[in-house]
Amino acid sequence: MLYRENGQFKTSYAADQQVFTIAQDKWFVLGVIAFAFIGVPMLVDEYMFRAILIPFLILSLAALGVNLLVGYCGQITLGAGAFMAIGAYAAYNFFVRIEGMPVVLAMLLGGGVSAAMGVLFGIPSLRVRGLYLAVATLAAQFFCDWAFLRISWFTNDSSSGSVSVSNLKMFGWTIDSPVDKYLFCLGVMVVFAVLAKNLTRATVGRQWMAIRDMDVAAEVIGIRPMYSKLSAFAVSSFFVGVAGAMWGFIHLGSWEPAAFSVDRSFQLLFMVIIGGLGSILGSFFGAAFIVVLPIFLNQFLPALGDLVGISISTAAVSHAELIIFGSLIVFFLIVEPHGLARLWSIAKEKLRLWPFPH
Amino acid sequence: MGFFIETLIGGLMAGMLYSLVALGFVLIFKSSGVFNFAQGAMVLFAALAMARFSEWANHALGGDSLLLANLIAFVGAGLVMLLVAWVVERFVLRKLVNQEGATLLMVTLGITYVLEGIGQTVFGSEIYNIDVGMPKDPVLMFESVFEGGILINKEDFIAALIAALLVGLLSLFFQKTPVGRALRAVADDHQAALSIGIPLNRIWVIVWLVAGIVALVAGIIWGSKLGVQFSLATVALRALPVVILGGLTSVPGAIVGGLIIGVGEKLSEVYIGPMVGGGIEIWFAYVLALVFLLFRPQGLFGEKIIDRV
Repeated sequence: MLYRENGQFKTSYAADQQVFTIAQDKWFVLGVIAFAFIGVPMLVDEYMFRAILIPFLILSLAALGVNLLVGYCGQITLGAGAFMAIGAYAAYNFFVRIEGMPVVLAMLLGGGVSAAMGVLFGIPSLRVRGLYLAVATLAAQFFCDWAFLRISWFTNDSSSGSVSVSNLKMFGWTIDSPVDKYLFCLGVMVVFAVLAKNLTRATVGRQWMAIRDMDVAAEVIGIRPMYSKLSAFAVSSFFVGVAGAMWGFIHLGSWEPAAFSVDRSFQLLFMVIIGGLGSILGSFFGAAFIVVLPIFLNQFLPALGDLVGISISTAAVSHAELIIFGSLIVFFLIVEPHGLARLWSIAKEKLRLWPFPH
Repeated sequence: MGFFIETLIGGLMAGMLYSLVALGFVLIFKSSGVFNFAQGAMVLFAALAMARFSEWANHALGGDSLLLANLIAFVGAGLVMLLVAWVVERFVLRKLVNQEGATLLMVTLGITYVLEGIGQTVFGSEIYNIDVGMPKDPVLMFESVFEGGILINKEDFIAALIAALLVGLLSLFFQKTPVGRALRAVADDHQAALSIGIPLNRIWVIVWLVAGIVALVAGIIWGSKLGVQFSLATVALRALPVVILGGLTSVPGAIVGGLIIGVGEKLSEVYIGPMVGGGIEIWFAYVLALVFLLFRPQGLFGEKIIDRV
């Protein structure tokens, strides 16, 4: 009843091509963003910010980057964690070594370095594809793990191997309370999400999708595979790199290379697959699912154990977490291989007709 | 010179062990098109089952015969792997016929988590030993040829022999038995195989079982070297470049790839490692595989990839 586009006429091409062609969609999304900026800081306690909301926002930004590469351009990557690490360490070096470097600029420069490395490690994609490429990107992962552990220049010669940043300021605004951090992440995320949405609607995004669907055919109709693939690697690595810098600077504060291990790469890929390949919205669903699920299981399993009178040890909980997490992934892939985003669009379709069946 | 050859042989032995894990990847990819990331978890799972079964069997037998206890444990672990193969086929693969490669890859990642979780819940998460009575002392060989001779680890030598034996058996199985022929038919074309009456589902169970047995052997050898622990699951990540180098569809490729990677890793660690601070083994293999890929995208022995629009 409420969700119907009847009577919304478009009188120009610009109106017909806008991001949300249905007014209800537009108002819904704007409402959610407004609620996230104004309502959430008033309602939510500090633990929620630290444990759920900030990781969710940063990881959804990273998932967005991975989705651009995997979902839109069809290049499987298992090295996303490495590009997060490159972003984080590059931003750290810009921030620490250059006097008076603004935080945001350091993060963007970190993203830029990550993009450059992304192009470098994307070169094999011109020769190999699919699973072979996935393994090639693992090379980036292991090389970065090693480089940030062994080459002390990257960590500013810190003796313990871990680096830390403090005193984050932007235009006189000190980002230190959880609410500040949340608002900063949210702001960055909104900007990047709009950017990603528009990229995928533009020429470059369409080229990526053509390459994804069939690269030989795309080449035949005049799309340059080298330019498209490498630009996808660059843009994706930029997003992931900025997310990595934020993960280090804002979420962790001080970190070691282990924060960006191969597990992180797998996690990002999971988010994209569970959320929905080739869907901006899906990246958020996936990130939310992966961030919230372990916390939920951690709280829920011992409570369930108490209920039936068994005390479950921490080790058992972590094992059960693995089992449930793994089976949920398998379950999702079997039931809905197109991810949560598909469920969302099915729901929207149904809502459009409701309450009539046809 | 003696030291160089010692490193070389050490590399070859390590390479055989990588091949053993890589073989599991190749078997499953060849016959079902699934890139099985769970192979590492299967190695861990099989090794855990083997270690605990042999402990329990030894206990039940009163510690009389280590050989008998190990035999019982081996059969038991084999049955466990059969169960794993059946469950994977029945509840996962059968529902995902004709899905894209990426989806299947993700599913095996999910299976990895499940296997790791179940393995540690059922069999415990401490470090266990597998004692199959392999001699651990190194021996000196070729003393007459080189000054000082070459130090070879007997255990490595036996492990390499077992690996070679397994490869021989598998080749025989693939080439000479009816089941092996059916497996090759399925690998070539699912539909054609179905149309001449080859039961796809049963074939998949067999393939996963064979991969499980290979994982069991790999698990026993790796486990008796390093102890059965969680880190055994990461062996899969060490074996990945091997498969890529050799080609995803080639059994000999897995062996040759393993040898190249093993030798490359050892030589680079010994001769290049000190210059850059060591620990380069883990990524050197990947970079080596990457360089090969740039020249032969399908790997050394892989089938040529032909694109048609």
